[in-house]
Amino acid sequence: MSRDEERPPSAAAEPMKAEGDSPSGHRMPKRVVHNPGDLLFERATALFALGVLSLAVLLLAVLIRESLPAIRAFGAGFLFSRTWDPVAEDFGALPFIYGTVVSSLIALVIAVPLSVGAAIFINEFAPERLKTPVSFMAELLAAVPSVIYGLWGIFVLIPVLRTYVMAPVSRHLGWIPLFGGPVYGPSMFAAGIILSIMIIPFILSVSREVLATIPRLQKEAVLSLGGTHWEMLKIVIGQHAIPGIFGATVLGLGRALGETMAVTMVIGNRPEILLSVFRPGYSMAAVIANEFTEATTDLYLAALVKIGLLLFLITFVVNLAAKAILKAMVTRAARGI
Amino acid sequence: VRTLPVRLALIGLALWFAASTAACAAPLTVTGAGATFPYPLYSKWFYEYSNAHPGVRFNYQSIGSGGGIRQITARTIDFGATDAPMTDAEMAKAPGKILHIPTAVGAVAVVYNIEGVQAGLRLAPDVLADMYLGKITRWDDPRIASLNPDIRLPRRDVVVAHRSDGAGTTDIFTNYLSVVSEEWKTRVGRGKSVRWPVGLGGKGNEGVAGLVRQTPGAVGYVEIAYAVQNRMPAAALKNREGNFVLPTLESTSAAAAGAAKAMPEDFRVSLVDAPGEDAYPIAGLTWLLVYRDQRDPAKGKAIVSFLKWAIHEGQKMSPELLYAPLPKPVVEQVEKAITTIDVKG
Repeated sequence: MSRDEERPPSAAAEPMKAEGDSPSGHRMPKRVVHNPGDLLFERATALFALGVLSLAVLLLAVLIRESLPAIRAFGAGFLFSRTWDPVAEDFGALPFIYGTVVSSLIALVIAVPLSVGAAIFINEFAPERLKTPVSFMAELLAAVPSVIYGLWGIFVLIPVLRTYVMAPVSRHLGWIPLFGGPVYGPSMFAAGIILSIMIIPFILSVSREVLATIPRLQKEAVLSLGGTHWEMLKIVIGQHAIPGIFGATVLGLGRALGETMAVTMVIGNRPEILLSVFRPGYSMAAVIANEFTEATTDLYLAALVKIGLLLFLITFVVNLAAKAILKAMVTRAARGI
Repeated sequence: VRTLPVRLALIGLALWFAASTAACAAPLTVTGAGATFPYPLYSKWFYEYSNAHPGVRFNYQSIGSGGGIRQITARTIDFGATDAPMTDAEMAKAPGKILHIPTAVGAVAVVYNIEGVQAGLRLAPDVLADMYLGKITRWDDPRIASLNPDIRLPRRDVVVAHRSDGAGTTDIFTNYLSVVSEEWKTRVGRGKSVRWPVGLGGKGNEGVAGLVRQTPGAVGYVEIAYAVQNRMPAAALKNREGNFVLPTLESTSAAAAGAAKAMPEDFRVSLVDAPGEDAYPIAGLTWLLVYRDQRDPAKGKAIVSFLKWAIHEGQKMSPELLYAPLPKPVVEQVEKAITTIDVKG
């Protein structure tokens, strides 16, 4: 899956190519292999590439094979059933899919504006001596192990959120189903916040790379025509950086979808679909991590593997869709120039 | 005509054979896998036993009871370990007869977090079951209040906490609720993971303990060792004789002693709601799993010797690690079972 996660940055780099900034647009002449050593090297790298590819294919094949009992027993109904009953061996994945998608969306809603804003500040406005420390600190967030985020979530974040955010909001806006109570602490909201902190460094650093590719001349051109800083950003970023920032967002989403440890520690682990974000939920990765070791019957194990298969497919589809959208964006942006 | 590869293979085989006979002097390694709950006790035992018997080493992986059962069934390990006895269906899948050897008694403490109540909460089985069924939702419910006339209970929601990961602890706890509540038995049932009617899930004992500590009004269940080490207030539960009993090592052993009279031959027994004046009602055995017919005489002998050591010398080390030792009559029964192991020699 890490292969899929790594795809967006290269996708994010595409707009640069599409805009034809690089003066050397010509490609290397095809296949001029004379030296046997070169040939060997080429074959070896091809083998490695094939290895990576077959790893993904094998992964999919094993997931399908191991989940066969569950596929036979529940079929497509697995996707829509809300029951998860290991005692009666009746399994459905909907609450987990819902929890994974909603907690990741909450994370994106928080993380994207924050990290894009921070990227713009660091690249465009921050004084030189602030740039390195600020971006270094932000990127340091990516190095913190997820179990640490989880513990911090349990002992620091949740008590604070419960007292100062969730309880008051729920008291005053509880009539909106999204903020309904009762508020206990572990919730979809807490999971979303933890996830947003975890994906900020990824979105931030890719967004900075994207902003750095905007030609200085274009920025200066807007300013010299009497544009304000805001207008400059609106025009230049709107034209050039949006596809790249979208790529960064997908990279963050990929990470949020698969995050396990931190999420299971704060989400409440309740396989139920509750509209309120202040109430507990469950995620696909979390249920696999929680129940895999003690899943004694074959059907139970197969149901958990099937959730893994679904997670694999969802990540795959998200990346595929992102690629398609990105392509459309890039062509539109190219036409706009 | 012998070709070169065949010759090379033969030489290799001869070398390997020489090496393996020479290796007899190296210590024998016995491998096991399974339950995480008794892991601290087992690792202490393996260490002490290997010190006293330098010829034997143990390699134990605490991968969970389910994994232990799977691997002993597949014969990839020499012994398994589990907190929940194997079911008849699981026993039938194994290629030989598997013996359950009890090694320690565990108990599950019901811990709580109520402002102003540091200790002394008393609960009855039906009340506990109804809290976990979501039928008692407030701490000042008359049914809780009538059990605790001396405690001022707040008007707070009861926040139920349970394990989110599959666990032997959950199996013992839900087994207890199934025994004391007909509704629990039909609506939820017993297992290492169940479909909880209400509540929040925490990963591991530490996850449940964290939820209970951090959430005002929470009630949860953890292994007794965990409650003691973290000094969490635990509820006294009404046992079968009508006494309110706190979870301690003594009351846990008392539960095993109460069940000893009716101990089945294969030790696959539940200790929940056991008879006895001082018996704590949510207790359970933890077992080592071994084949009755051992295939390797050397390993078989080592396992038998270790098991005998574990139920005698080993038991003395249990209390300091917060495991309740097996009561005397049970030890005698287990000893008899160990002698039935056939080591082929």
